[in-house]
Amino acid sequence: MAVDEGLKSEMQKHGVFVIPFEQLYNWGRKSSIWPLQFGLACCAIEMIASAASRYDLARFGAEVFRATPRQADLMIVAGTVTKKMAPQVVRLFNQMPEPKYVIAMGACAISGGPFKDGYNVLKGIDRYIPVDVHIPGCPPRPEALIHAIMTLQQKIAGQHLEKDHRPRWYDKTETAEYPIPGYGAHDLEPPVNKSIWQPPRNYRDETIQEVLKKP
Amino acid sequence: METIEKLKEAAIQAVHGATIDIVNSTPAAAQPSLVVDREHFYGVGKFFKEDSRFQIDYCSCVTAVDYLPKDGKPGHVEVVYHLYSVAQKQGPIILKVRAPRELDQCHVPSLTPLWRGCEFQEREAFDLYGVKFDGHPDLRRILMWDEFKDHPMRKDYVPPMDYEWEPTPHDDTLVRAEQGGGVVPPSAIEEAHKAKK
Repeated sequence: MAVDEGLKSEMQKHGVFVIPFEQLYNWGRKSSIWPLQFGLACCAIEMIASAASRYDLARFGAEVFRATPRQADLMIVAGTVTKKMAPQVVRLFNQMPEPKYVIAMGACAISGGPFKDGYNVLKGIDRYIPVDVHIPGCPPRPEALIHAIMTLQQKIAGQHLEKDHRPRWYDKTETAEYPIPGYGAHDLEPPVNKSIWQPPRNYRDETIQEVLKKP
Repeated sequence: METIEKLKEAAIQAVHGATIDIVNSTPAAAQPSLVVDREHFYGVGKFFKEDSRFQIDYCSCVTAVDYLPKDGKPGHVEVVYHLYSVAQKQGPIILKVRAPRELDQCHVPSLTPLWRGCEFQEREAFDLYGVKFDGHPDLRRILMWDEFKDHPMRKDYVPPMDYEWEPTPHDDTLVRAEQGGGVVPPSAIEEAHKAKK
């Protein structure tokens, strides 16, 4: 912004704060992230501990756990998402008003974790809804959840309100509704929302077909 | 508790025509059990419940075991009941009943009319093993969703092929990832094959 830093600090000494509206707005948003009150497994216990007095999530303005998606800004997917529960999780996410964020907490929520080989466990909630912060751990310590909230706060603080960089919720054509998977005869249908999730690939990843073709 | 032989004698005397075999589990458990034929299974259960010597008033556990065909012998699904008497502080009496593995023939009598606590556990055995309990008041799936068609704890169950991405494949997961053609770090495949050898 066009305000000189030296002038800014000089004015602060006299009790006058000059701040871009965007920063003020994001400061307000990031300091009152209300999570949706639901837990799926043991990670929820750590989430409860984070919200209680010892770890005190209230320091970050995120202590108001709302029991309805209509009043929540943040979904903390805390625990194993079974295939039977996945449609409900997606439905709850759809019911949250914009702007909304998701933290996938723990090994199960990010990848299926120790139950990955099971027939009944979803191999990561990011197959159906967009995840902002992933926390590894089984379960993650409350400090890790607090770190995830701080990471999310940084992300929120970095979002612009100006026309070209506006987040998706200002765009009337963008929808935040994600298709709810159906219960199929053998698996969820579809098993993954391909428009938001593709198998992550880096320089050393290959498909097994490519490996088998090699001499 | 009386010896297993005496339990068998008492049951055979009370329930006419019942075929009962004694099956010894591993010595460590030291819990021999009675395998009863399907026609008289309910009668034997009713006898142990109502006879004043036993007063079996509590069904602790219902589960099923899937035996695949082996050495030319046909397979079967075995349903196991662990029964106790709280009144006489004794037990368990272990009753087993066997049914063919074929889904249309896999029927056994339900003991829910005798012990209400069997209800959910029989539903679970139905859900995961496909055993149908005749006489059960509300036989629905309990863990999987209603539209689900398979019985996942059966040994010939094939899980869905959602192995698009495997960072650390191993054993069965490697085989399934190979079948599914998923994305895998090649070094991880090499390591897995080395570990196998």
